[in-house]
Amino acid sequence: MPQRRLIRNISITDLVRYRLPAPGVLSILHRVSGALMFVLLPVVLWLFDLSLRSQVSYRQLQQVADGWLAKVVLVVLAWALLHHLLAGVRHLALDLDLGVDRVTSRRSAWIVFAVSVPLAAWAALIIFGVL
Amino acid sequence: MSVGARRLVVGAHYGLRDWLVQRATAVVLAVYAIALAVVVASSRPIDYDAWASIFAPLGMKIATLIAFVALAYHAWIGMRDIWMDYVRPTLLRLLLDLATILWLAACLLWAVQILWRV
Repeated sequence: MPQRRLIRNISITDLVRYRLPAPGVLSILHRVSGALMFVLLPVVLWLFDLSLRSQVSYRQLQQVADGWLAKVVLVVLAWALLHHLLAGVRHLALDLDLGVDRVTSRRSAWIVFAVSVPLAAWAALIIFGVL
Repeated sequence: MSVGARRLVVGAHYGLRDWLVQRATAVVLAVYAIALAVVVASSRPIDYDAWASIFAPLGMKIATLIAFVALAYHAWIGMRDIWMDYVRPTLLRLLLDLATILWLAACLLWAVQILWRV
């Protein structure tokens, strides 16, 4: 086998000044949101368990959800789910060869942010009891 | 088998099946999530009885369990991709793969227990 040329990736310190286009930001956040939901899966199952086991555990869940840390976790989860879902729908469209060109893919990335961020903010207002 | 001078292609289908399963499970999860959101929104204001009655019918238990199976498989492929991209030492990566599979299997069984107690 011929010797392969070693290709250096950018260093981790370059990340700060590396300007990703919107689809790049969307893509890495797709991965981050997925990993977050994987890590928080036992928390979600615990909350799901509390919500369904009994009237008593349902009230326990309401008490748990009153804490500010729980609210922050719920907001993060809401954002992660919304971003992952919408970025995933965009990804499926790209897989079908829809909107692959640069102009359209950048526009669709901005559309994902324009929908996911306000929806996550709305969820945050509900979770923190403002709405 | 090698393609051209540079690329060494190993294994049947070269990851196509996982790629496809990731998309199929994504569709299942998207449909389930949106359907659940609609059901919950239409039964507001929600209390314990309303919430529990959503998951009481066998059909909903099965649909939810299928969504959990899809979630576990989808999460496995996604986490495997992350380990493959960022964890270079083979032994560590294989241990993380194994831990991910065991963890997701445990979560899946927990989900069965939660659902069938309602």
